[in-house]
Amino acid sequence: MKTYKVYAIKDGTVIDHVPATKALKVIDILGLENEGILTIGIGFSSEKMGRKDIIKIENKYLEKEETDKISLIAPLATINIIKNGKLVEKRKIELPDEYINIVKCPNPNCITSKEHVISRFKVINRTPLILRCHYCERIITEDEVEIL
Amino acid sequence: MDFKEKSIISIRDLNQESLREIIKVSSDVKKGKYKNFLRKKVIATLFFEPSTRTRLSFESAAKQMGAEVIGFAGADYTSVKKGETLGDTIRTVSGYCNVIVIRHPVEGSSRYASEVATVPVINAGDGANQHPTQTFLDLFTMSEYFSDFKNLRVGFLGDLKFGRTVHSLAYALSLFGSTIWLISPEILRMPEFLVDELRINGSSVREIDNLELVDEPLDVLYVTRIQKERFGDFQEYMRVAGSYRITRDVVESLGKDIKIMHPLPRVDEIDPEVDEMENAIYFHQAHNGIPVRQAILGMVLDVIP
Repeated sequence: MKTYKVYAIKDGTVIDHVPATKALKVIDILGLENEGILTIGIGFSSEKMGRKDIIKIENKYLEKEETDKISLIAPLATINIIKNGKLVEKRKIELPDEYINIVKCPNPNCITSKEHVISRFKVINRTPLILRCHYCERIITEDEVEIL
Repeated sequence: MDFKEKSIISIRDLNQESLREIIKVSSDVKKGKYKNFLRKKVIATLFFEPSTRTRLSFESAAKQMGAEVIGFAGADYTSVKKGETLGDTIRTVSGYCNVIVIRHPVEGSSRYASEVATVPVINAGDGANQHPTQTFLDLFTMSEYFSDFKNLRVGFLGDLKFGRTVHSLAYALSLFGSTIWLISPEILRMPEFLVDELRINGSSVREIDNLELVDEPLDVLYVTRIQKERFGDFQEYMRVAGSYRITRDVVESLGKDIKIMHPLPRVDEIDPEVDEMENAIYFHQAHNGIPVRQAILGMVLDVIP
């Protein structure tokens, strides 16, 4: 019998296959700090990833638009929606159309680098990943992406 | 596109149809179809960095159609100097005027201003990013000589790496599918992603480093200034800048119908002897800033149908 190191939840969302040590960042991006009970597992063994983190969010069903926000730091994450103890939906992460307050603009002369303006990047191309700053219109590629 | 109460921030917000509309209204305004249509309107010109022709052009355009103009040139004597944020300046000034025209050294400042303002914002230049009304007046000027942009062949000469004017105009022309020649020294080539964008939009684009390599007659040659500070070595600058200098002989070699344009200010990239040639339309181009900016003000204020 499989033994769980974090207990199962009856209702809520499980985010699995988060890269090891990125769980807190995922929580930050999804704004879950004050959203009720969270169980966080860090550095679990994973056949697929070597090590991984798991996040369980009780009594909250995360929508696709929300979970796609973590695509830059946890592209292989799986989202499990649990209702009444049963897995009712399992989905993967996809790229959203826009990243808000997630990516830092590398342009030191962008308004987001100068004043308290929330960063916004539009996804111009998915593979290879190309983003454009909503403000200064600078284009960045995947290797230039810096998470805030 | 409905321009009513809309901000004018970037050429990327517009399409072929909306650019045609701007050209059409500019033409009507220039012909005198609308009179005094900005009366009782207050235009705020907030120029956080120096600019001569853009500011004077906006202010003259507004006053000629009856508007009141408020604002500043240089932020030295304003509360910005005391540490006020751009957001607070814009929120405050929004309450004093019907439209804000902004020039600011920081890229994205105009977009941000349009998000906090309660009146339309017109970008008059945000750092190295966008200067859409310059592009409108460039397109309008071309439209006075050429009715069909799709078959237009335009050469851009000089600094194609840093010049926002060139980036923006080339983008606009690509929406019409014009043929674009990019003529610059290797170190001043247009950034690759911009060239890709032009091709995706439907333009045929050729990149060369010498005007003599253009193997078809051009309709327009758009000349820009090569700036000294882009070069580490003064000798190298002198050599490169000299080879991109437009003289009477160069113009004659390009054919009798070619139009020479330049966003100005010019330094020495176009010989003054060219000014007298019929091909030189850069001062006419600068004067077109008046009807084009009047048109834009009228459209966003919804006083021109």
